[in-house]
Amino acid sequence: MLDAAFFRRWMTATAASVDREAERLTALDSPIGDADHGSNLQRGFHAVTAELEKEDPQTPGAVLTLAGRHLISTVGGASGPLYGTLLRRTGKALGDAGEVSEAEFAQALRAGVDAVMTLGGAAPGDKTMIDSLVPAVDALSDGFTAARAAAEEGALATTPLQARKGRASYLGERSIGHQDPGATSSALLIAALTEAAGE
Amino acid sequence: MSDDKGERLVGIVLVSHSAQVAASVAELARGLAGGATAVPVAPAGGTEGGELGTSAELIAAAAASVDRGAGVAVLTDLGSAVLTVKALLAEGDELPDNTRLVDAPFVEGAVAAVVTAAAGADLAAVEAAASEAYTYRKV
Repeated sequence: MLDAAFFRRWMTATAASVDREAERLTALDSPIGDADHGSNLQRGFHAVTAELEKEDPQTPGAVLTLAGRHLISTVGGASGPLYGTLLRRTGKALGDAGEVSEAEFAQALRAGVDAVMTLGGAAPGDKTMIDSLVPAVDALSDGFTAARAAAEEGALATTPLQARKGRASYLGERSIGHQDPGATSSALLIAALTEAAGE
Repeated sequence: MSDDKGERLVGIVLVSHSAQVAASVAELARGLAGGATAVPVAPAGGTEGGELGTSAELIAAAAASVDRGAGVAVLTDLGSAVLTVKALLAEGDELPDNTRLVDAPFVEGAVAAVVTAAAGADLAAVEAAASEAYTYRKV
């Protein structure tokens, strides 16, 4: 079973991972975006960990809705509402249970990913975070390590795609050949699950 | 409440990645609306730190500041501005009741919205006028 402490570790591990990879995320965002993805997510997840420290939410759902709300209000780029909606909707789907099973979490995360697709209008293959999140959710029934591998593979597979959403879509065919920064940061988020679980 | 007729104007929020763009479009729309000073218009541009981007806090504050009880029309430029407003609307309690994201071109839509709101129109009419600005072809 997964408790509030697990979800706090997930957020803390994501913040640390975003710190380590911030330069790479921003570098990926330079040719096809506006070169702020790393710094935006750093600001957002720093705010999230500070807020979790302060508010000390006691249920898995409360941890993720709090995290989502602060990502929406602090990031300043499109990744704020997108990641914020992902976590908030996942948290809401978890309700107020003190502990949730991995299967319940997988179901809730799918609701979160669906909400992101509705918000941004992106589908798989559009070269967005969805290309990493959808395979991850599909693989989650086989465990966090399988989800991590699926997310990383999904992020790598965005390289040959042409962007159809967001600023990169203005580049048309010139977006081909670059790995998508959003799919890359989504893979970091999923990878942090394995760290939170100690796998 | 008929005694409030003419007092309760629709509020308009202009969300841009740039503080200057949001403020200037607000000024332009008011000016082209014949100095429609009675219409509550608030810009929400850039981040709180004054950089290019979108601030949920500035949007929420702007929406609260123009809410006169007749609804609030929010116009945005692109990308994170659109997504942030949609995420705030989905949140449920971050924006005044009867706040709508209006699908409209930013500059032309803002002018149409302010002119229509100045005439005392309701939120649906302000939204329709702003959206209709998409149909004004230039060539």
